[in-house]
Amino acid sequence: MQFSRRTFAMSLSAVALAVTGLSAHAQATIKVGVLHSLSGTMAISETVLKDTVLMAIDEINAKGGVLGKKLEPVVVDPASNWPLFAEKAKQLIGQDKVAVVFGCWTSVSRKSVLPVFEELNGLLFYPVQYEGEELSKNVFYTGAAPNQQAIPAVEYLMSKAGGGAKRWVLLGTDYVYPRTTNKILRAFLKSKGVDDKDIEEKYTPFGHADYQTIVADVKKFAAGGKTAVISTINGDSNVPFYKELGNAGLKAKDVPVVAFSVGEEELRGVDTKPLVGHLAAWNYFMSIKNPSNDEFIKKWSAYAKAKNIAGHKDKPITNDPMEATYIGIHMWKQAVEKAKSTDTDKVIAAMAGQTFKAPSGITSKMDEKNHHLHKSVFIGEVKADGQFNVVWKTPGPVQAKPWSPFIAGNDKKKDEPEKK
Amino acid sequence: MKGPVTLISGIVPTPALGVPAERRGLLLGVKGWAGVMSAFITIAVLVPILNLAVPPDSAFHLGDYYVALGGKIMCYAICALAMDLIWGYTGILSLGHGLFFALGGYAMGMYLMRQIGRDGNYQSDLPDFMVFLDWKALPWHWTFSDSFVIQMLFVVLVPGLLAFVFGFFAFRSRIKGVYFSIITQAMTFAAMLLFFRNETGFGGNNGFTDFKRILGIPIAQPSTRMVLFVVTGLTLIGFFLLARAIVNSKYGRVLQAIRDAESRVMFSGYDPLAYKLSIWTLSAVMCGVAGALYVPQVGIINPGEMSPAAGIEIAIWAAVGGRATLIGPIVGAFFVNGAKSWFTVAFPEFWLYFLGALFIAVTLFLPHGIVGLFRKKTEERA
Amino acid sequence: MSLRLLLRWSLVCLVAWLGSGAAHALTAEQARALVAGEAETRIAALNAVLPNADEKTVALIQAIADDAVKYTDDAVYVMKDGKGYDPVTGVQAKVPANAEDVVNNNLLRSELDTALAAIKLFSSDDKVRADAVKTLQGSDADEAKLPLIEQAYAAEKVSHIKDALSAVRSALLLASTDKAKRLEAAKALGASGSPAVKTLLIERAKVETEPDVRKQIELALQSIEGRLAWGERLGVVFTGISLGSILLLVALGLAIIYGLMGVINMAHGELMMIGAYATYLVQNIFRAHFPGAFDWYMLAAVPAAFAVAALVGAVLERSVIRWLYGRPLETLLATWGISLMLMQLVRSIFGAQNVQVENPSWMSGGVDVMSNLTLPFNRIAIIAFAALVLAGVALLIARTRLGLFVRGVTQNRRMAACVGVNTSRVDMYAFALGAGTAGLAGCALSQVGNVGPDLGQSYIVDSFLVVVLGGVGQLAGTVVAALGLGVLNKLLEGWAGAVLAKIMVLLFIVVFIQKRPQGLFAMKGRSAEA
Repeated sequence: MQFSRRTFAMSLSAVALAVTGLSAHAQATIKVGVLHSLSGTMAISETVLKDTVLMAIDEINAKGGVLGKKLEPVVVDPASNWPLFAEKAKQLIGQDKVAVVFGCWTSVSRKSVLPVFEELNGLLFYPVQYEGEELSKNVFYTGAAPNQQAIPAVEYLMSKAGGGAKRWVLLGTDYVYPRTTNKILRAFLKSKGVDDKDIEEKYTPFGHADYQTIVADVKKFAAGGKTAVISTINGDSNVPFYKELGNAGLKAKDVPVVAFSVGEEELRGVDTKPLVGHLAAWNYFMSIKNPSNDEFIKKWSAYAKAKNIAGHKDKPITNDPMEATYIGIHMWKQAVEKAKSTDTDKVIAAMAGQTFKAPSGITSKMDEKNHHLHKSVFIGEVKADGQFNVVWKTPGPVQAKPWSPFIAGNDKKKDEPEKK
Repeated sequence: MKGPVTLISGIVPTPALGVPAERRGLLLGVKGWAGVMSAFITIAVLVPILNLAVPPDSAFHLGDYYVALGGKIMCYAICALAMDLIWGYTGILSLGHGLFFALGGYAMGMYLMRQIGRDGNYQSDLPDFMVFLDWKALPWHWTFSDSFVIQMLFVVLVPGLLAFVFGFFAFRSRIKGVYFSIITQAMTFAAMLLFFRNETGFGGNNGFTDFKRILGIPIAQPSTRMVLFVVTGLTLIGFFLLARAIVNSKYGRVLQAIRDAESRVMFSGYDPLAYKLSIWTLSAVMCGVAGALYVPQVGIINPGEMSPAAGIEIAIWAAVGGRATLIGPIVGAFFVNGAKSWFTVAFPEFWLYFLGALFIAVTLFLPHGIVGLFRKKTEERA
Repeated sequence: MSLRLLLRWSLVCLVAWLGSGAAHALTAEQARALVAGEAETRIAALNAVLPNADEKTVALIQAIADDAVKYTDDAVYVMKDGKGYDPVTGVQAKVPANAEDVVNNNLLRSELDTALAAIKLFSSDDKVRADAVKTLQGSDADEAKLPLIEQAYAAEKVSHIKDALSAVRSALLLASTDKAKRLEAAKALGASGSPAVKTLLIERAKVETEPDVRKQIELALQSIEGRLAWGERLGVVFTGISLGSILLLVALGLAIIYGLMGVINMAHGELMMIGAYATYLVQNIFRAHFPGAFDWYMLAAVPAAFAVAALVGAVLERSVIRWLYGRPLETLLATWGISLMLMQLVRSIFGAQNVQVENPSWMSGGVDVMSNLTLPFNRIAIIAFAALVLAGVALLIARTRLGLFVRGVTQNRRMAACVGVNTSRVDMYAFALGAGTAGLAGCALSQVGNVGPDLGQSYIVDSFLVVVLGGVGQLAGTVVAALGLGVLNKLLEGWAGAVLAKIMVLLFIVVFIQKRPQGLFAMKGRSAEA
């Protein structure tokens, strides 16, 4: 039959493609992989990170590149599909032979590519705040661990300045980051003497849009004492949640809501007037006033306008994951220059202790051992214009504790990647 | 080569009416068997040599990436074949077959998760996701998960049983056509929501990942990958021959009659329930097996595989390739997924335009798919 | 009592004592102290300046609460209509470019609101006084302010304000050192229906030492909880109807199209998305060119959404769907392909991010029906809108010529063609009508949720199930199915959580269809083939 010959022909052409793919390429560039969703549910958050990497690459190339070679970006779209993330990672490392990958957002995507990076000895920079409980030799985590975001936020809300909350609603999207973060927070609250009946945990699925019942439950719970809501709701569910909250009349001064996944970009889609006073905890806010942030914002605005980036060309916005990406790629460049090579193991060794003047105003430092950045924590209240007003910050950078002391068994864990 | 074929045709007598002579005694014609043999040789001989024996810097080396991709697409091809049996030959359009695929995948995944043993992040006997959920023991549905044999039985039994129960009630109430398709969507959507819940005990949104071993052998080795690839290929060929046997038999004729004029079939004295239910259950089992083979090759399973969109894609592979041809859906699966892998690299923004246009073009202009187009061309030439 | 409470209420009673005395004029240093520095120092400055507050001080405090003040190192500016005024003299002053906005945190906002409420308690305007009492009700109580409340209570003439003041008074007396007063207060508070009172009673019960007072508090709590339970029940019913109204809007267009043409339109969600984006564009036009009339952009958005979606639907029908009649499964696949293309098209034009659609001000906020039940305006508006759309469509189908043709073609296409109905044109109009209704649904959805390319995907399965459950051929089926599913979903949600409720509803539909394949309200006289 002709048609199974077609199948045969197709496998032959696959071989041919492999040949062309593997043909020797010019050695004059260093390839940098970008593994962010450009379509699907996470495109909303991740697309801008791809653009941040491209902007940083342009900036580095304009100053002469790295080790005399220009950086060449290789952009793929894993389309918010977790198996596709693993496949694209394999492709970037195995086929395109990139020196480093900047990518991932959700913990699922990171966990699905982790085996690939560990097996093929690749290098990943992960820029998003996450739940910790992981420490891989092949990953550098430039986002916050729970002790650099969640715990300081709760401490603030317990304090007088934050409203003195006594009851807590832990509200999250149903996946590993909120689950683990809430587990840590529950242990933390218990250690501060909060009773189990004063803590309520609720989860909604991704994309959940009808928060009427949940807001009504929060109102009822709040009648039992001064309540604060810790929200780990992710993605576009935040918009209907805040709309419902605002319309139900739950004001921030009565029931403050602190969110860990809501930044300037997420507030773009929301009418912020009823949300004034609700909080977010990050290591960077666009409204922080200092020279390096002004420069960062100016660079981004110019880039967005020049490249006609949808949304940002008229109203440029910078946020924490963008800052983390920016710090990460510059630190990588510095490490490569220090190691005088792009070899993964040499770069990993050279990354220890790297510093960079971060837009958040501190000098960011990569810890010598645990692959995480030292970060300052900022608590901000939503303003009517969608920006954040910083109401509290840590006196200095906080070292990350990827293995949270509030989870049983973590005391046995070392503060550095396991030697595999 | 004639031995097994005459055995098969002996078991399943083929009627003389309307069947081309070449197919009466044998399952396939000469060309057909040539095709099957060349596919067999490619899968079992050529690819292993090109991947394992040929050195990596040679121009003939077949990269690991392509082996994994080929294995994945072959799993999809099995699903497309299953869809052809129920849609192409029996006229039942299911938009929820992704569910059976995923259930088979989860059964395999459970076994693989237990095979991680104590090598996970937490060095615990329980899988990682149970540790961060603070569970102290395995839930009831994980009781047999460390036995390979029993989990493989589940790969067949769970989708099969679910399909049987669902199909029994649906076909008995004579739900057909669009209504049936919509409730298969509802079923897969409900299952997807259920599996997304962390409390259900299947890893929630993360699903299962980070597999280390299968049957004690490390998964990440090229040799294990190759074995999985070859097994998948042989399964595909095996199912293809099975499907061909079914379709050529008297049973297959009744199926096609049900597709064309169900009332008349009933008036002729047949009870369509048994026929529809059996082919429906078989196709679900085929998808389950495909899912089980898919998971170790791709390295992750999560509830997204059960989404209504995944089920609709299976239908489009069958439609693009050509319904009621058996080889068509396999071609369709390769074509669409190959195009997807290429587009999402070369023109990521245009992938969905292409896919959407493909859906429209195939339904409007290519009702018999690519294979139908070829056949028409060869008939015109002849 | 905590220091903060003491400070807050002492300032309130100071206002009472000295409110009638000579007011001291606001000075520049006081104005500066109120706007610059840490929250704690600003609160202290607020307490210092309040006892002798004159008109200008009050105006400044109000302006700070309204986020309408800027300041530099030397001066403070109250902003009104874009111009800066000196708070002390009232003279207009030029605001330098580097002037910063005065920003308040939650704590400050509470303090400012309480301060203003204390001042307004003696206003001559009834409404102002009523609002002031309401604000005081929501805050913590301290006996120190009791004289103030007694004074206001004695002077109050309007009865409902007097009752509210009495409740505040009882709340204060609950902390009294006199046992008899506490007993009386607990008894009086039992008549309330407010969650804030419940909080107060719970807190008090923890520290109460006298057993009979504690018993009275418990009785009061029981009666309040009974009243609150009513609020919760009504709340569930309302949320169910709200969800049902959204399901109705979403499924109506699909029901028309499927009933008429047997076409399952998988692109229905995307037609809704188009309607939502049309609303977004209209909103932008109004924001750019008619900012004063922004609140009325919905009046233009509704017909725009209908028109655009209907147009797209007509184009789809003419180009693709027309060729697929009689082949419902192929139509299903072809329309799915259309939906993929439409989603990607919108992504290319507007970006993959969600876009912001602001509720007009009359749709923001809610009405307090009971003390623990607030009905949001946007949901009330959507329920009303769904009813209107339903009435409009029903009238169209029942009373107009087009509706007559639609009904005829639905019942028997061949016969209708025989008597001269142009079935092809009726199909196009009906499809456009269904698509337009989807556009209206999208317009409504833009007010409650996200507007992004994926908007349609979240509602598509639900809309099919409503149509399938309701049965085809009669609008009544769709209405009953939509409202029924909405209320059922919300009832289950309160008990089992959102996800399990959804799963149970889906399984219920699957089982129901097995028992009654033709749906709730089926058209009589259908042929054996579905």
